[in-house]
Amino acid sequence: MANTMPIEYYQQLEEIQAIDFVIDELVLYLDTHPTDQNAIQQYNHFALYSKQIKQKFEESFGPLQKGSVNHQQDYWAWSGPWPWQV
Amino acid sequence: MEGPVPFPQRGEEIVWIYEKKLQYPVKVSTCNPTLAKYLVEQYGGADGELAAALRYLNQRYTIPDKVIGLLTDIGTEEFAHLEMIATMIYKLTKDAKPQALKEAGLGEHYVQHDSALFYNNAAGVPFSATYFQAKGDPIADLYEDIAAEEKARATYQWIIDMSDDTDLNDSLRYLREREIVHSQRFREAVEILKDERDRQKIF
Amino acid sequence: MDQQRERFTPIKSYVPFRGLFDPCPPIGEKYYSTPPNLYLGFQPPNLEQFTPQEALRKGTLWKVFYDYYDNPYKRGGDSSHG
Repeated sequence: MANTMPIEYYQQLEEIQAIDFVIDELVLYLDTHPTDQNAIQQYNHFALYSKQIKQKFEESFGPLQKGSVNHQQDYWAWSGPWPWQV
Repeated sequence: MEGPVPFPQRGEEIVWIYEKKLQYPVKVSTCNPTLAKYLVEQYGGADGELAAALRYLNQRYTIPDKVIGLLTDIGTEEFAHLEMIATMIYKLTKDAKPQALKEAGLGEHYVQHDSALFYNNAAGVPFSATYFQAKGDPIADLYEDIAAEEKARATYQWIIDMSDDTDLNDSLRYLREREIVHSQRFREAVEILKDERDRQKIF
Repeated sequence: MDQQRERFTPIKSYVPFRGLFDPCPPIGEKYYSTPPNLYLGFQPPNLEQFTPQEALRKGTLWKVFYDYYDNPYKRGGDSSHG
């Protein structure tokens, strides 16, 4: 893994962070509003979209979590850099 | 409202699968290890993220089913915040030489831990399970949770007051805002447990 | 939504009692936060949201909860402070 990450890494990561944040917020909302159909629809929409953009990210930068396919041939799934290093 | 609503594509939280990203893109703009000394209050302090995560996840076993999901989700998010705080401390201290740490008031920390993170508060007091309760009474426990969120919010304010680092303050504002939303949800959880819509009132 | 936000102020202040023998110059006003979650009650459905990118930056999906905080003591020309 290179010593610094390309700008695309940060851009794609921030989009994932934004979408996953919406999911986090909707989940907490649904915990106390379990029958809000609009929120459930919105949750499902973003959950699907999150999977898509994570797959794209993982193809370039390796798995985000255990269970994701490892497209990188030259290093093990859990090599760096780690979130606190970038 | 009876019974759980089926939740498609959910369940990741149950086994705490690690995801290799921060919840928020943390940045630090100045090399100022003194801020790390303050930030550790939210790492291993009484109202910090570790205490919050352990408090909420532990309360789940003795609370009505209707609010277990909320405690699980907020407790899990607190671990994401713990890693954000750790990231800030890591970035503020990783390149600091012993002399710089000494000048930042971290000389005692260096003698014990080098630059390793340790679960203690800003005054160096080690983390303790006595920072939070498990009373088994749903109202008592949820009121503690609301208070915990407000205390953590206040702590973030005091750290922002002490810091001139714009990027760091940006991340701290994010974390403070999360306390506001969590407090809101815990207040709603109390309302759910108070709810008498499906009961007959007999006085 | 804007009406909802205008119903309260997110920061309050008070002037601490001044004793005759207090050694330090007075701080002026002491501030404390009263964020939106204290006023909303049980969140009603379909409140206005931020875009995902804005939501991440602001720390909340719903506009009603957003409460920017900055050190209230560094606002120079503010009321009786200083």
